[in-house]
Amino acid sequence: MTSTPARVVAPPHRRRTAWFLGGLGVVLVVLTVVSGMLGQVPVTPTEVLGSLAHHVGLDVGPLPHHPQGENALWLVRFPRVVMAIVVGAALATAGALMQGVFGNPLADPGVIGVSSGAAVGAATVMVTAGALVPGSWVAAAAFVGGILTTALVYGLARSNGRTEVVTLVLTGIAVNAVAGGLLALLVLVADSAARDQIVFWQLGSLGGSTWNAVAVALPVAVVGVVGAFLLRRRLDLLTLGERAARHLGVDVERLRQVAIVLVALLVSAGVAFTGIIAFVGLVVPHLVRMVLGPSHRTLIPAAALGGAVVLLAADLVARTLVDNVDLPLGMITSLVGGPFFFWLLRRTRASQGGWA
Amino acid sequence: MSGRWREALRPVRAGRPRTADDGLPPSSHPAGTLLAQVTGVRLERGGRLVLDDADLAVRAGEVHALLGPNGAGKSTLLGVLTGDLVPEAGTVTVDGREVGAWHPTGLARRRAVLLQQVTVSFPFTAEEIVRMGRAPWARTAAEDDDDDAVASAMAAVDVTHLAARTVPSLSGGERARVALARVLAQRTGVLLLDEPTAALDLGHQELVLQLAREHARAGGAVVVVVHDLGLAAAYADRVTVVSEGRVRACGPTREVLTASLLSDVWRFPVEVLEHPHGGAPLVVPVRAHTRATTPASR
Repeated sequence: MTSTPARVVAPPHRRRTAWFLGGLGVVLVVLTVVSGMLGQVPVTPTEVLGSLAHHVGLDVGPLPHHPQGENALWLVRFPRVVMAIVVGAALATAGALMQGVFGNPLADPGVIGVSSGAAVGAATVMVTAGALVPGSWVAAAAFVGGILTTALVYGLARSNGRTEVVTLVLTGIAVNAVAGGLLALLVLVADSAARDQIVFWQLGSLGGSTWNAVAVALPVAVVGVVGAFLLRRRLDLLTLGERAARHLGVDVERLRQVAIVLVALLVSAGVAFTGIIAFVGLVVPHLVRMVLGPSHRTLIPAAALGGAVVLLAADLVARTLVDNVDLPLGMITSLVGGPFFFWLLRRTRASQGGWA
Repeated sequence: MSGRWREALRPVRAGRPRTADDGLPPSSHPAGTLLAQVTGVRLERGGRLVLDDADLAVRAGEVHALLGPNGAGKSTLLGVLTGDLVPEAGTVTVDGREVGAWHPTGLARRRAVLLQQVTVSFPFTAEEIVRMGRAPWARTAAEDDDDDAVASAMAAVDVTHLAARTVPSLSGGERARVALARVLAQRTGVLLLDEPTAALDLGHQELVLQLAREHARAGGAVVVVVHDLGLAAAYADRVTVVSEGRVRACGPTREVLTASLLSDVWRFPVEVLEHPHGGAPLVVPVRAHTRATTPASR
């Protein structure tokens, strides 16, 4: 680099990013250990760490002294922890992608019909195959439902090789309405066992997470998050508007297609095994933007990490708040996320005069 | 990414395939070189003919002003030239190639566009916005100039002091200048500016057109839409007057800007006066009430 003039802005920003990401990482580790400790079978923090160490081949630290300790950790709690991390990261990344692609801070993966389509898919299987249907069928149906609905919304909104954002959002509303109607119909025709199952699925839960589910969801989520990160620079340019982004060399239509496919993958992967979990995708990217600014280079990884932390914390609350009761996770995220989002809106409006 | 890392990754980056088109076009050309051209373009929108047999030639060394009343089709003509609007008939070429045949990146290395309305949907800082102008040069040799291009573009339009401010916190005129800095940082041969002076105060209006002129003198080409005929008279080498979707006149500024043509196109009496101290002609609307009170000026 010859004759580099002083960078106009010094990089204290970068230090803040490092601190924020590091802090989230520490919180994630702490929450993982705490999640390992709490539950019907008590395990101490050192035992949790010792068990983890032994499983990666390090002969350090104590193993759980409780006879069921190892099983509680490795068959119940850890798959659930990993699933919370995977789904949280996937949902928050999907939210960041959606908001970037639509240039609208209120966009949510639900807009393009992923969640409602997944719900219809899952409910269809629950009704037609009976209450004893294997979880993997439900997951597969939810996944397919989510992807198909997204494809439908996108296909309907497209004309002359272009997709107008407003048309896409309105098409999403129409398709979401139809999906809601279908879901109501399915609830109506279902027997009471299937009905309970549908309702419960829609509330969202990480209970019953297995390593098999993790093995499916994790690779999909990794592909989604990495893919989103690769789009970071183009997403930044898109904030200037479609035309300006094109003038800077972005193939906007292509970018939008890739982003929507990634969102569908991320959300379907999460929702398929856990049911509907609201607000994580909407709130987490906002929080990150407030701290680190809107650049997608920091937003995407920080949102993924932040989503993991938020969902892990929410799940910890869901399963420990009331003894012996696994509260629906989607209920917790909505109850906390809704008012929190409102507070966020007020605060932003007061400090910056809104998002305009 | 810090400079050190960038240096360390240089060999890796060099091996990566370049986007779209590997030619790095120069930003400077011999005066008179045809850099972009619109020929015989016809465009309908919503059943209305908005451009009819319109021509526009963009040549190096020239500031080319697009003039015309509201709704005449100036922005539409510019939109056709950028490739945003696809005409029903006629051809549009950039650097000798059909505009639709270019990859967006190839176009972005040849021409920069300032749109009339500039919105930013998230609170990026002014410097981040200007740096976006360097996107077309990512992973090319020109990437080395990024910091220099950003700093000098910001200095040129007087926004260096706003670098760390977020765009929503800026005034309309400041935002417009930040957007212009982004366009300048792109360092392309052709600049297409749609009303760059609309939100600016008098001093900055002059500054922007001086910059346009310097860009043309340095071997670039500028097409600029302005409403102030006086500014056009003072800075443009060539003007094209558009009216009702048709090119009414095109030629050297002094030849085109006549009282009769302007009065006819704008449907308002206009006088073109010689400047008392020499220099560019003055274009002045004829104001009846001032006439009545100062008959001496007749």
